[in-house]
Order: sequence, then C-alpha cells, then structure tokens
Amino acid sequence: MEGFDWGEITSNLPYLFEVGMVFTVKLTVLAMAGGIVFGTLLAMMRLSHLRWLSTVAGGYVNLMRSIPLVLVIFWFYFLVPFFGSWILREPRPIPVGTFYSALITFTMFEAAYYCEIMRAGIQSIPRGQVWSGYALGLDYWQTMGHIVLPQAFRNMLPVLLTQTIILFQDTSLVYVISATDFLGAAAKIANRDYRLVEMYSFVAVVYFVISFGLSLAVRRLQARIAVVR
Amino acid sequence: MPDPSPQPMISIRNVSKWYGAFQVLTDCSTQVAKGEVVVVCGPSGSGKSTLIKCVNGLEDFQKGDVVVDAISVGDPKTDLPKLRSRVGMVFQHFELFPHMSVIANLTLAQVKVLGRPPAAATEKGMKLLERVGLAAHSAKYPAQLSGGQQQRVAIARALSMDPVAMLFDEPTSALDPEMINEVLDVMVGLARDGMTMMVVTHEMGFARKVADRVVFMDKGQVVEDCATDDFFGKPRSERAQVFLSKILHH
Repeated sequence: MEGFDWGEITSNLPYLFEVGMVFTVKLTVLAMAGGIVFGTLLAMMRLSHLRWLSTVAGGYVNLMRSIPLVLVIFWFYFLVPFFGSWILREPRPIPVGTFYSALITFTMFEAAYYCEIMRAGIQSIPRGQVWSGYALGLDYWQTMGHIVLPQAFRNMLPVLLTQTIILFQDTSLVYVISATDFLGAAAKIANRDYRLVEMYSFVAVVYFVISFGLSLAVRRLQARIAVVR
Repeated sequence: MPDPSPQPMISIRNVSKWYGAFQVLTDCSTQVAKGEVVVVCGPSGSGKSTLIKCVNGLEDFQKGDVVVDAISVGDPKTDLPKLRSRVGMVFQHFELFPHMSVIANLTLAQVKVLGRPPAAATEKGMKLLERVGLAAHSAKYPAQLSGGQQQRVAIARALSMDPVAMLFDEPTSALDPEMINEVLDVMVGLARDGMTMMVVTHEMGFARKVADRVVFMDKGQVVEDCATDDFFGKPRSERAQVFLSKILHH
C-alpha cells in the first residue's frame, strides 16, 4: 500500500458524508417512500377490473422497465423544466434543481419496480380475506387499506427493502446530471487532487458495507416475519 | 318460528350465473322468511357456495334477482357495502384478519362502517365474545386460536354488525371433527334466538335439529326445496334420495 494516501480520505470525510452521503440517503429514503406509495397505487390499478386502468398502469410499468435508468435520469433532467413551464403556463422553463429532478425521476422509475412487488403481495392475499372485508360492509378502499395492503406490505417487506438497497446503489447514477451525491462528491475530490485510487476505493468500501449490512438485516427480518400465518 | 309475513327476508328469484360459457347456476329460486333457518345441501360442485355468495353480492349473476329485506342485490344503484353490512357471513376458512387481534377483528367494521365509537364497539365485541365463550382470548391473534375458536370468533364478528340475517358457507367443513360441535352449538343457539339463517352445510344432524326447510342442489339447480321432515322422510327426487343414502348410511 505504498503511496496510498490515507490522509486524503480522512481530511475529506466531512465533505464526503455531510454533503455527499446526506444527498444520497435523502434521495434514497424519499424516493423509496414516494416509489412505494405510487407503486402501490399502480399495482391496484394493474389489478383493477377496469380494463383501461390496468392497461394504462401496465403500459407505464413496462415502459419504465424497458428503458435504461441513466436515460430516464437524463430525460427528466432536461424535460421536467419544460413540463413545469407547460403546467404552470410560464413562458420560460422552470429550473428544478438536480436534487428534485433526481427525486422525481427515481420516484417514478422505482414505482414501476415497487408496483410489481406490491402486485405480487396483493395477489398473495387469499380471496376470502377480500370477501370477508366486503361481507362486513367495508368498501374497496377500506378493504384495501385495513385488510389487504397491511398484509401484502408485511409479506413483501423483505423484497421491498431489497429493492431499496438496489435503489441506494442506483442513486449513484445521478453523476450524469452532475449532482453531488456520495459518489459525485468523491469524484470531485478525486479529480481535484488527482487521488482517484484512494477516493474510488473508499467509495466502493462504503457502498459495500452499507448495502451488505442492510441485506443482512433484511435476512434477519425475513426470518422473523415468516412465523406469522 | 317462521314469520308468516308475506315479505321474505331473503328472496332468490330465478338466478342464473355463467363463468364464461359454463353455467354454474340455472334458474335458482328459494326464499328465507324472517326467523327461518334454511339449510342448503348437495354434492360438491353443485353451486351451493356460489348461490349463497349471490345473496350478499360477493358473486354477481347474469339473470334473475336476489332481494334482501326488500332491497335488490342485482340493482346497480344498490349501495352494496351498506346491504352487506346488514347481512352477516361466515366462511369455510374463517377468514379472520390475521394481522389484527381478536377484539380488533370484531371492532373494525363496527367503527369504520357503522361509525360506532371505539369504546362502544369494544364493549359490544366483548359481549359477543362472551356469548361464544371466548372473552378470555380477546387480546390474542387468530393464529393462536384453534379452528373451532376461530370460527366462533368469525360468528361473533358477523354478529357485531347486528345483522338482519346470517349466511353460513360450509362453516364446519374445514374443522377437525372434535371442533365441529362447539361451532354448531353456537349456531343452534342463534337459531333458537330467532336469527334468520341460510346455511350451506353437510351436517345433516344440524339440519334435522334446527332447519325449517332444506334446499337440495345439484348441478347448479335447486332440485328440492321442502320442509325438513319431508326432505329426510321422503325426498321426491332420485338425486336427493341417492345423496341422503350416501351421507346417512355410515
């Protein structure tokens, strides 16, 4: 390890974590929350008896899952300002900022994946559960909200979290719009100080530790959940 | 005791239903008067469960109509959730909500559908649990109870809505033999209290004991619809005679 400059890492830790990692974690958590909410609605649409609803949702999911994420990030970054100006009837494109652009992108993109997970979760609930909700006089939304979704969510929690770990790694793709996420922050320092080996090695180790740690936690959670029912 | 009033509580009128090209129900008619207990029996696949699910609109049908307490189930303008809240239903596989405690199972619909205050709903729920002998288990989860106990909770849950009628869809078919009686005892008690009941079951002992009438179904049709004594004494159709000889002679 001759020539490996540890000081380069330690001296830049505050910037890497307070700016870079904060961006990455905020993006991951918010996109997960938004993606699960939006994805669950998509799943309910896909399973709807109304043909056009399930077609629209199915089309959306298939579209998102067939385009590389990098492209979607790019597209949204350049299109959202124009879309915003069109909605708000402003003559000029509305600047959105890299964070919000990335947040919208990841929410919309991940929703397609969370949708498929929640669809499987909803379908795993026996039809009798829906029947017994209806038989008590609950309507569709009450039956979904109190009976089907809580169970579907619990059954699918490990898969949802695994998808979130993938999301956590995928957020590093925001480098294409020059956002300062964890990887972006490291890249900036690496180029400034010409310390690419130190920076990219450190980043890889941090991503590995966090992702692997989370997946171990998910596995333990899975074992605990499996007991019920 | 059947009420002689002309308006039956449940009236099934010429109901037909198809799954695609396959006809599951063919021109089925029967009725249940207020306070009457009607047992629906027949070989498996004869459409009994489908028919009873038509009564509260869990299954739709293409022809005919079902009228419950003067409200049409088939009418698209009918508020189905409201109608269902007035008709209790008990399922073969209990269908308690596994993620809720027993008492939460009993209070959910009282609060969300009837708008009862949670305290009043809990009080009502506890009273019903006492009635089915399970008050001590109110804080447990369904998975911690035996099948028979779960089914008694399911009956209590249906009763918590103060239903005008109760539907039972093979309530003892999924139970171990030694648990069947504890559920039947609750049902007999209900019948004695004058509850209007439509019961799909193979328990002929129960039918004989409490049913006012027996409806026998085969291949999606109502083959026999007569007083209980007549059904067991001298069934008119050959199909019913064969069915009875098979399930009574062993």
